[in-house]
Amino acid sequence: MNRRFPGYDVLTKRTGPSWNEATRQAVDLRLAVPREPRFFSMAEWAVLDRVSQRIIPQPPGRPPVPIAALIDAKMLRMGAAGTRIEPMPWDGDAWKLALAALEAEAVMRHGQGFAALDDRTADALLTAMQKGEPAGAPWQRVPPGLFFAKRLLPDIVEAYYGHPTAWSEIGFGGPASPRGYVRLDTNRHDPWEAAEAKSEGDLKAYRHNRHVA
Amino acid sequence: MREYSLDDEVDFLIIGTGAGGGTLAGRLAEMGFSVVALDAGAYFRPLDDFASDETEQEKLYWNDRRIVDGGTPLQMGGKNSGKAVGGSMVHFAMVSLRFRPEWFRSRSVLGYGADWPLDWREMWRYYREAELALAISGPVTYPWGPKRPRYPYRAHEINSAGRLLALGAEALGYQWTETPLATVSAPRGKSPPCVYRGFCRFGCSTNAKQSTLNTWIPRALAAGAEIRDLAMAGRIEVKGDRATGVHFHREGAWHFQRARNVVVAGYAVETPRLLLNSATSRHPHGLANRSGLVGKYFMTQSNQAVFGRMRDEVRWYKGPPSFTITEHWNYDDRKDFFGGYCWMAQGPLPIEWGFIQTGARGLWGEALRQDMLNYNHQVGLKMVGETLPDAANTVTLADEVDQYGLRIPRITFSWGENDRKLIGHAISEMTRSLEAIGAEDIFPQREDANHLAGTARMGFTPEDSVVDADCRSWDIPNLWVCDGSVFPTTGGVNPSLTIQAIALRTADRIKAMAGRGEL
Repeated sequence: MNRRFPGYDVLTKRTGPSWNEATRQAVDLRLAVPREPRFFSMAEWAVLDRVSQRIIPQPPGRPPVPIAALIDAKMLRMGAAGTRIEPMPWDGDAWKLALAALEAEAVMRHGQGFAALDDRTADALLTAMQKGEPAGAPWQRVPPGLFFAKRLLPDIVEAYYGHPTAWSEIGFGGPASPRGYVRLDTNRHDPWEAAEAKSEGDLKAYRHNRHVA
Repeated sequence: MREYSLDDEVDFLIIGTGAGGGTLAGRLAEMGFSVVALDAGAYFRPLDDFASDETEQEKLYWNDRRIVDGGTPLQMGGKNSGKAVGGSMVHFAMVSLRFRPEWFRSRSVLGYGADWPLDWREMWRYYREAELALAISGPVTYPWGPKRPRYPYRAHEINSAGRLLALGAEALGYQWTETPLATVSAPRGKSPPCVYRGFCRFGCSTNAKQSTLNTWIPRALAAGAEIRDLAMAGRIEVKGDRATGVHFHREGAWHFQRARNVVVAGYAVETPRLLLNSATSRHPHGLANRSGLVGKYFMTQSNQAVFGRMRDEVRWYKGPPSFTITEHWNYDDRKDFFGGYCWMAQGPLPIEWGFIQTGARGLWGEALRQDMLNYNHQVGLKMVGETLPDAANTVTLADEVDQYGLRIPRITFSWGENDRKLIGHAISEMTRSLEAIGAEDIFPQREDANHLAGTARMGFTPEDSVVDADCRSWDIPNLWVCDGSVFPTTGGVNPSLTIQAIALRTADRIKAMAGRGEL
């Protein structure tokens, strides 16, 4: 249960006047993303999946946002295009190199693969990566600090906060065309926006949110 | 739509249909010239094609291969590129501001950068024309600068985030006003009033936004111009010192369109790239590049921000992100840097807010997810600041090629000493403003940039510039550049209105020159 915005689910507006057909198609496609690797190998996927779980630990009690699957889909779609930062290769290759480097680093430091590390050890390794500490040949084209800041965090954030589950979690109004909004002022919200719980078990907010459509 | 054959030698072949090329196409067609305008992107129909979705709408950005490097490599994407008929105006934040008069003579009056070969009084007239063409919604009285008439449409009501900017400015003793915005506050033709859906920067799905796509492009079509979408220009053909047409890729093959004049309007990366990729034995360093300045003096604008959290619910996702503004005319004060800046209210959507949290604060893990729960309480101020022209910041050609087999651009950028001082000043002022309204957990976003400029600067002589005041290249008289590339300096406000004003002026100049047989 979402404690901040109890009972709010942005998808209850899917067939209402806040969603147009283009939005429904785009989000439907995202919700139906295949849950198995197509761009990455099984080994790469295992590391990516574990990294995603540590960057955004998801609460129990609801289906998780399939972050690894969404990144796999993105790299399949545009992993060879876009902008690359020197000295990193194009995004898809950069991901593959970085996942391999992280795996090698885990084996070197702890004698086991990254996916097998406990939470604390995994987080410590990710923190080291963020600080740019790992060195050596595997990291040559994917400097750890640079990759972490410019590829790893943005791609995981985009996958998670581009998903309706996350929109509901943070009380975002979500798609809003053609209806838009009327009440723009401080502490005001439209009937089709999420109400925030003012206290634990705020029934008023819950009742409001159940009627968002 | 009228269509021309490849053998028709059209009066003007325009490459790019954004603020520069789209505006110029409309005006030249209305003047009776035959016009074909190419765009590498698609001709979207907003009502059918635009989703309310940050990810899906990445289809509006330039996502072809590019390389960035330098001391502070630029983030390329939504804030500084567009690939669609209408250009990046299709997803611009609609902020429509005039330059300060002094900015056109920053070298001689203010002591930095370079002078423009344009007179601000003449620009004032073209600014007005651009504001009328887009029915800008703005205040009755604009607080800064020489007098100007009231804006064509009334200002929008202000959202909570905009009110908080106003409160902060008043606490600091600064003036503020409603931001002049290119989205209508009342019906206009087929455009309904803005419904404040908040996805402005991802394309307006109701057509309330007045962009090139639904203003100048329809006017161009009505006047007989052809808009050729999904057409990537690869090389400008030159015979001696005259352009004869353009090779472009469309529907899987290369074609050649003949033209009497060619206008490059691809913005500060694609414009120099095309000129450089069109080199011949007679023009070995690229077209219009005898000065060696094509691709040089590449500029961006500083777009740093300060964010904080309010006890109140702000819900900054509603409405255009920048309802209010305070222009900081800061070189009137005693400052240790050149240039100016303004700041505006903000409303990042969830993914962008996540980028800021991870990028500026390095947050991840449970700390990130918990902090994101405060989304509806966040408030922020974001600057648009002047970056000084520096010959070391460049667009050059890399050896790698894109999907068309064309060499891709390498974009090299580092903030300069002056830029950092200006940014530091803005961050401290914006921080004071947020403190004054009682925001908590205030933090700065120290790295961000947006609009581009430079790389084909206009000037006074063939030695100091690529084009003259009329956007005509010095080297090849029937080759023109009409976009933000021609800016010698960037000024400290959003550039789109200035690009449009220059395009309108260029059209008038072309008409006058054509009348005298000088084309």
